[in-house]
Amino acid sequence: MSEPVEWSEAEPSAPSATTAVTPADAADAARLVAFGLQPKLAPARDQEYTELLRRYREDPAFARLADAVAAGLGLVVLEVSPRAGMAVTAAEDSVFAVRMGDYARRTAADSGDRFLHGLAHLAAAALAFPRPEDLADDSYIGRVTVNGVDAFVRQACRRLEERAAEQGENTDPATDAPGLEAAWRIWARRSATGATKDARRPAASTTGIVAKALAFLTDSGFLQRTGDDNGGTYRTTARYQLQVRDMAGSAALAELLELGVVPVTDGTASLLPAEDTDDLDLVADAGLPFHS
Amino acid sequence: MTSPASTDRVPPQLSAGPRPAPGPAADEGLARRLRALACTAPLHDLDARKANLAGEYSVYGMAEVALAAIDLVTLNMDFDTGADHEQIVARLVPRIAAQAPHRPAAEHERVARWVLENLINVGSADRGFRAVYGTFAPDGSYVRRDYDFKLIEEVPGPGGTVYLRTTDEAVNVLVGALDTDVTSAQIAAEVKLEVLINRGRLADAQLAAEQARYRTVQYSETLRRALDATRRNVRAVDWLNAVPDMITEALDHVAERYRHENAILTNIRKARDETEEPEHKRRAAELVDIVKDCIRRHTQLQSRLLEAGPLFRAEQDRQAFATPATTSGIDLYGHLVAPALPLPLEQAIRVTDAFFARGTGLRTPVSVRVADLVGILLTPPVEREHLGAEMPEPDLIATPDDSRFSEEQLAAATELLDLPADAPRRLSGLLAEARRTGDPDLAYLVALLAVHAASPPVGTAYRQGEEKLLFAVDDGTELDDPEFGGADLIVGTALLDAAGMAADRTEAA
Repeated sequence: MSEPVEWSEAEPSAPSATTAVTPADAADAARLVAFGLQPKLAPARDQEYTELLRRYREDPAFARLADAVAAGLGLVVLEVSPRAGMAVTAAEDSVFAVRMGDYARRTAADSGDRFLHGLAHLAAAALAFPRPEDLADDSYIGRVTVNGVDAFVRQACRRLEERAAEQGENTDPATDAPGLEAAWRIWARRSATGATKDARRPAASTTGIVAKALAFLTDSGFLQRTGDDNGGTYRTTARYQLQVRDMAGSAALAELLELGVVPVTDGTASLLPAEDTDDLDLVADAGLPFHS
Repeated sequence: MTSPASTDRVPPQLSAGPRPAPGPAADEGLARRLRALACTAPLHDLDARKANLAGEYSVYGMAEVALAAIDLVTLNMDFDTGADHEQIVARLVPRIAAQAPHRPAAEHERVARWVLENLINVGSADRGFRAVYGTFAPDGSYVRRDYDFKLIEEVPGPGGTVYLRTTDEAVNVLVGALDTDVTSAQIAAEVKLEVLINRGRLADAQLAAEQARYRTVQYSETLRRALDATRRNVRAVDWLNAVPDMITEALDHVAERYRHENAILTNIRKARDETEEPEHKRRAAELVDIVKDCIRRHTQLQSRLLEAGPLFRAEQDRQAFATPATTSGIDLYGHLVAPALPLPLEQAIRVTDAFFARGTGLRTPVSVRVADLVGILLTPPVEREHLGAEMPEPDLIATPDDSRFSEEQLAAATELLDLPADAPRRLSGLLAEARRTGDPDLAYLVALLAVHAASPPVGTAYRQGEEKLLFAVDDGTELDDPEFGGADLIVGTALLDAAGMAADRTEAA
């Protein structure tokens, strides 16, 4: 299916290589990208995959060819290594990209729900890699649970609530402007779980939203389910670390900077939540209504 | 769509100049009272809406049931979990039944569930309540605000179960003015309790003890939250001062309460054993239970506190003594979560959307070929095996029938002994009749049943509501029989008053 693409992409790279690219090389490069599109496939389990990965690392011409195939398909290569395999992810507007509307139907109509689903993914990553070192350390394996993510966000919300109360602020939103409600209140307000007829979590509850996020990430090959404790226990994979570190984290940070919010840390130690009052003080004029 | 409201951005203390209307500071007390008032609204609402229920439900005091439900949930809240849904319903039913004793039990249960569901507010997505109230902003404009609150919330328990917890709002509605320093309030309650017991005023003492228990529950709840936070994230708490101080304080508190409550327990036990009046005795016994429960909760709290230290040290080891990373990446919590949460929704959503778009990985789109489509559409649906694999026919070995008498013989003997109530017979006559049937074994069975009837199971027959009972009496006549010896029993049937017995039973229960 991708034959025409790889040829058109492969040819410009051919002159730079010392040897001419054969159709067989292009087929191998495409095969490697195809392996990369199966995120749950472990490189060590497939001999052909391992062999192609070795070739990518040893043969620069082949590596360029594989990169070109991926780029032509609308994929970004994050890392090619024995541990992560051919870690590719969808570029923006790629056919492989996940859209929020497909992910959860209700999010199209309800911006509150849309926020909750997005925050569930962000919080899951934050709990999986609590310190900057954890995100930077390639050998680190994070662990998350459904109830843990929910409790973690609720704790952060409660701290904001307490701080607002200390400062004597009234955080109840104005009735006619729901978009101005502080984001943490949306999570705090939604119930954590609920009794249902078939003993499953209500999908609209926060644990239901987190469980959906973690199950989705498992399908993406980012998490591995290890047990049922605490609503579902998962551990992270190398791919998830790469994805969060190189793609998602920086994209969200760029968005935050664009909003005029500049989170500043000293860079070495992790940010203590006790200190983030200072950070929030820095952004007093940046449109943060609750920390003047 | 709009910039953040100016009401929120300008801190009250910075707004200067004369105000056209009372500012937020003056309004604050009013807003607090409005919110407190709003918390009671769901309870009033229950009584207002009971008329809309199908059926004649005006006899039930719904607000009373609701307060009782909040009471029950608060008392059943454990350190780890909350109260069980079914248990709360079961405990509510007696009160509801007392309100309308002549209604069917199913209706009582329905009322209990209706009240509980309305306190959770099952119908709404947030499962909570919202009240609208107005305040004056610093610039004098009038702003309507939404106040969201819950009374009973559902929390996940171990193994995917759901438990109920009362919120702070609900506890405030229930006991009132609980929004004070927990520790001092508890000390006050206990001193009061001791004084009351010393003066022998047990009715008041019970009330004070119950209040002390509410505070105990609230105290452990506060600590549970703090411990949960520290367990998740060591850096989230000040481990140098605040947490050790908090743990020491809590342990001191537990030790002190334990001493105190044991002293109270001794006092009440004395009161219970010495008092003559049964009412006092009962109240004292209830008090003993309450104080015991308090002690149990404190013990639970203490074991949690002792676990916290080792947990901290283990986490500290893992996190502080690891080799320092060479690169400093993004601190997901400090850089993204913490700054995004206080933003207004319409701004925060841009951050989470960006993270979602790049953080979810890829999905290979499903493409369908027309040729495949035809095949797929024409394939008959696979029959789903609802019943699973076929069970192998069990290989049964017939066990030999080693009963002494057959079913037919038992039926014949029972028929023979089915005597009219007013005409008892001699055993000798029954045996003669049994022998006339031609079955030599039947006489043995009749004799056996007659001997059993000499000691009839009256108690069992009474409990099962039997209408008649076979009995046998020995009047001294000797049995003259070639096969059997002993007394020639008089065998008869006694009629039992089944209806009267049933009435007796319900009264006794």
